[in-house]
Amino acid sequence: MTESKHHEDVSGANTIKLALAWTFVGIPLLWGVYNTLAQAVLLFK
Amino acid sequence: MATAAQADSGGIFSWLDRTHTVAKPGFSRWLVPPAALCVHLCIGQVYAFSVFNLPMTKLIGITSSAPDDWKLTELGWIFSIAIVFLGLAAAFTGTWLDRVGPRKAMFTAALCFGGGFLISALGVHLHQLWIIYLGYGVLGGCGLGLGYISPVKTLITWFPDRPGMATGLAIMGFGGGAMIASPLSVWLMQQFATPTHVGVMETFVVLGLVYLFFMMMGAVIVRVPPKGWAPEGYVAPAQPKKLVTTEHVHVDQALKTPQFYLLWGVLCLNVTAGIGVLGQASAMSQEMFPGHISALAAAGFVGLLSLFNMVGRFFWASTSDFIGRRNTYMIFFALGMVLYAIVPWTGNIGSVALFVACYAVIISMYGGGFATIPAYLKDIFGTRYVGAIHGRLLTAWSAAGVFGPVLVNYIREYQIDHGVAKADAYSVTMYIMAGLLLVGFVLNWLMHPVAEHHHMNPEDVDA
Repeated sequence: MTESKHHEDVSGANTIKLALAWTFVGIPLLWGVYNTLAQAVLLFK
Repeated sequence: MATAAQADSGGIFSWLDRTHTVAKPGFSRWLVPPAALCVHLCIGQVYAFSVFNLPMTKLIGITSSAPDDWKLTELGWIFSIAIVFLGLAAAFTGTWLDRVGPRKAMFTAALCFGGGFLISALGVHLHQLWIIYLGYGVLGGCGLGLGYISPVKTLITWFPDRPGMATGLAIMGFGGGAMIASPLSVWLMQQFATPTHVGVMETFVVLGLVYLFFMMMGAVIVRVPPKGWAPEGYVAPAQPKKLVTTEHVHVDQALKTPQFYLLWGVLCLNVTAGIGVLGQASAMSQEMFPGHISALAAAGFVGLLSLFNMVGRFFWASTSDFIGRRNTYMIFFALGMVLYAIVPWTGNIGSVALFVACYAVIISMYGGGFATIPAYLKDIFGTRYVGAIHGRLLTAWSAAGVFGPVLVNYIREYQIDHGVAKADAYSVTMYIMAGLLLVGFVLNWLMHPVAEHHHMNPEDVDA
């Protein structure tokens, strides 16, 4: 395997890992933010 | 980038060793913040524990409290014990954490926090409150403290160019944790509730297992940088800023410096000013604006404050990378003073919008104070023992947890007992908070670099 090919593989694997990791924490966080905003709207009604 | 070091011990737990967590070439440092968030989003649940209080007063009576049911005052101790053990664990495990690395610390925190829920479920099942004190309070509290400080040093070493932003991201998770836990807990209790059962025990079991899994994922993902690693293209400033050291101070030595106590005071006063308000936000908004803010709207106000608490952690900590830590705290204290002084006036003129805006900014700075302090410690004491020093400094949080609510509650009671109208009863408290922030401003202004004789020898730093 050439060095540039190896570099591309590492980079591609990193992108997938990054997407998975941030999705893993992002979904519950966004759900929490959504719920809080829905509650906060009551203040302005 | 250097290759990962080899394992230094065998056995099934060897993957927890620091040497096994050294990042291999090509590892992206942007995987570390989600690892930290896995832990902080879970332990942030502690701020939502109160959602269990009312259901736990009806475990026997189901629809209303029976004579043998627990009282709210007894249940309030669960949270208090957890916070005390958070402070103790953070203070006493920091040095161990620095030695064993973040993965073992996160793993232990997961076992403690998840296990605390499972033991508490047993306490609910047997209707033995002392088991819950021991489970969520003591064991869970240790998990909170250990989990809180475990990713801090790792983040700072991965992001020498943006330490404030990195720790802000993680500590933002602690603010966001309650926003997830509160609706999730209520929903779970609704699912498990039957005409003869309130569903708390099952909810504890599910939360314990979910948090255990989530925090373990953080432990699996986290990595420490190889020795001497630096981000690509990063060059340490040749001319360091006055309040940013390139030296290191040992944790025991840090406790002998005035800077530690100045920062202790800075954190304590900033937290005191915010925590008292957070606990009383609902009642305060309704009493200052009778007829304008209903109980439902007040719940919305509390939700809005949670959001600003979370966002402020990221915003202010990131901002501190550009304007400096001391300047950031100067803004917290100066702006906080002005806003606290304005709050009673917003009540007098009946401006709900201004009242909400003032508190939104105040609470963002409360969260920002938590998130900026690790980078401030790194600037003053260096990175070598920043985790352990941060742990010791968090005792300021425990102290503020007592001062803040006491100030707000007792001064309010005193005012009302002496004939002051409920709508005006908070004015004195707000002026006292502004005064506390003035003291914080002075402490922060007095900050200066640590004297050279406190610095570690270079050979000890690498040991």
